[in-house]
Amino acid sequence: MNYFPDEVIEHVFDFVTSHKDRNSISLVCKSWFKIERYSRQNVFIGNCYAINPERLLRRFPCFKSLTLKGKPHFADFNLVPHGWGGFVQPWIEALARSRVGLEELRLKRMVVTDESLELLSRSFVNFKSLVLVSCEGFSTDGLASIASNCRHLQDLDLQENEIDDHRGQWLSCFPETYTSLVTLNFACLEGETNLVALERLVARSPNLRSLKLNRAVPLDALARLMACAPQIVDLGVGSYEDEQDSESCLKLQAAIRKCTSLRSLSGFLEAAPHCLSAFHPVCHNLTSLNLSYAAEIHGSHLIKLIEHCKKLQRLWILDSIGDKGLEVVASTCKELQELRVFPTDLQGGGNTAVTEDGLVAISAGCPKLHSILYFCQQMTNAALITVAKNCPNFIRFRLCILEPHKPDHVTSQPLDEGFGAIVQACKNLKRLSVSGLLTDQVFLYIGMYATELEMLSIAFAGDTDKGMLYVLNGCKKMRKLEIRDSPFGDAALLADVNKYETMRSLWMSSCEVTLGGCKRLARKAPWLNVEIINENDNNRMEENGYEGRQKVDKLYLYRTVVGTRVDAPPFVWIH
Amino acid sequence: MENVGVCDEFVNLKATELRLGLPGTEDGGEEERQKVSCCKSNKRAFPETEKDIESTGKTKPASPPKAQIVGWPPVRSYRKNNIQTKKNESEGQGMYVKVSMDGAPYLRKIDLTVYKQYPELMKSLENMFKFSVGEYCERERYKGSEFVPTYEDKDGDWMLVGDVPWEMFVSSCKRLRIMKGSEAKGLGCGV
Repeated sequence: MNYFPDEVIEHVFDFVTSHKDRNSISLVCKSWFKIERYSRQNVFIGNCYAINPERLLRRFPCFKSLTLKGKPHFADFNLVPHGWGGFVQPWIEALARSRVGLEELRLKRMVVTDESLELLSRSFVNFKSLVLVSCEGFSTDGLASIASNCRHLQDLDLQENEIDDHRGQWLSCFPETYTSLVTLNFACLEGETNLVALERLVARSPNLRSLKLNRAVPLDALARLMACAPQIVDLGVGSYEDEQDSESCLKLQAAIRKCTSLRSLSGFLEAAPHCLSAFHPVCHNLTSLNLSYAAEIHGSHLIKLIEHCKKLQRLWILDSIGDKGLEVVASTCKELQELRVFPTDLQGGGNTAVTEDGLVAISAGCPKLHSILYFCQQMTNAALITVAKNCPNFIRFRLCILEPHKPDHVTSQPLDEGFGAIVQACKNLKRLSVSGLLTDQVFLYIGMYATELEMLSIAFAGDTDKGMLYVLNGCKKMRKLEIRDSPFGDAALLADVNKYETMRSLWMSSCEVTLGGCKRLARKAPWLNVEIINENDNNRMEENGYEGRQKVDKLYLYRTVVGTRVDAPPFVWIH
Repeated sequence: MENVGVCDEFVNLKATELRLGLPGTEDGGEEERQKVSCCKSNKRAFPETEKDIESTGKTKPASPPKAQIVGWPPVRSYRKNNIQTKKNESEGQGMYVKVSMDGAPYLRKIDLTVYKQYPELMKSLENMFKFSVGEYCERERYKGSEFVPTYEDKDGDWMLVGDVPWEMFVSSCKRLRIMKGSEAKGLGCGV
């Protein structure tokens, strides 16, 4: 089969970087499987319980970068109780014992301890990059270990983690000789920051490209930092609150003007509106803008800023921008690819900030738009149909109407037709979140048309098991299905057990699934872990023979090659 | 984050109760859900209005009231907390005062209406700024700590936190300042 020596094939494989492609080539023949496994540099594990460290090391002995994901997505919304799992410690221990020269570790929704970080920092001489997203369980002491021991660290990127801030001196733990910093993101730290240590660190980091500060960095310190790092590409400005002096604002303006490489801006946690204009000189170069935490800035100031951002590709904003603001975005940001509009009014009872009009305007004005997350209080089928016509290129379409079960506000009809139009027009749709009043019909459309769909989020939707069955039968590429508060039960769950082998995971909470149904599924499919999360009334479920019919509050099932996990807490039952 | 966890359990009780009915149908459970109000201001329940029941009642059985639904809307806690604080401030809900601490380069804001008495407030401040305030007693005030919590009242005077009854404090406090060391020792209880 091979006409070339292995080294040549390996060299060719070096150009194949996507995980999917490398998985595919490893299936071609035994020889390619072997060459591929020894040469794979980046390993991606989407569910840390689908495999274990030993099997990972056996298959890929030479990797440099590991990505691990732990808790299911709905953990972001407090649906997964504390202590469920996703511990990184066993992975780091196993890797430390092995001969893997780990250089990069990317973790999402995992439990990380100071002990883990300490072990990590001591075990891998060439460790370069640590990215933690939505993790928890560690403190600034763990960060101090990383800073102290990782001589070649380039990236320390902490995104929206829950970190116990001991207000310590972790920043001063970077040795004076350490100058290789490229990325530093500590925006999620709540406590005080050693400004002196931070300024000195930035001053001796000529390669620094990305700096995201937390709320404890005041305006004058920001100005000094920017003056030290005019080469910055990605800046998170932290608090941006200007209590006292306009002198700081002037210094900031001067510093900003020198940052000609700045392409991405975020932060503004406590922003004072009048200081936003300090950034106008660099707006024309910005490709990414995240103002979604700037709750204090009025829509008009946001608009003034955005009017200067003609090259914007990514925009995260609050709905306080309003439909009018979105019209400005639509007419200004012709390069826009990704838009996220977050809600300011979480109860959904207040003013209608953005409506279907804003969404339609964006779809009409931004031809390159392919990803959208849109929180709003009302929607119509007509609007969605127009959006589908304007933007057939959506890869990710997530619409969240704040009030569950809300129909088309003009016709009072379900929104089946609107979403149906989206899935029919957008042939490359990979991710979809639906909301509003929806019947089984919308799922018929999804099953029929969403052939590329990999992730689907359903909440308060559907009428009968048929809805879920349409999706399971139709969407051949489905990987992650998450459902809450919808009337799908055992019949849908058990119809095609083998389907779950082709998926990463299924989440169902507050649905109609019963304990008996789950047990039956587990018996039919031993290669699945069927987890039942039952926080309250731990013992009630198995009592008095009704168990078969008792509703399961939270079901999480996933394929795995390593059987039942051993670290589950008492409130998680695994069948 | 601890508070949020406790509140979730509270609200969750009804949501996870095992019963043989469709989700969203309650017998008299609706009132109970509304009564369950959480300690943090960002979990206030909304009163149900007739209009809402009608608009959603056409094709479905009685929909859940606008009381807090766990994990809805799907917004991360980090984001939720940030937004809710700002919203309450701008709508005049809650009683937000700025808190500064000597030596800390940043201000925080807290909502006094969230607390019921001094110990709760002190605990929260201690957590926020990572310090310890020691024991409070009538005669020696805050013993055993170099940090002393003070506040500026309506008349512009700087007073020691804890000297006046709680309700009086909440109604007259304009801002808080946690003083450090010698400066604090000279502080009387006003006038």
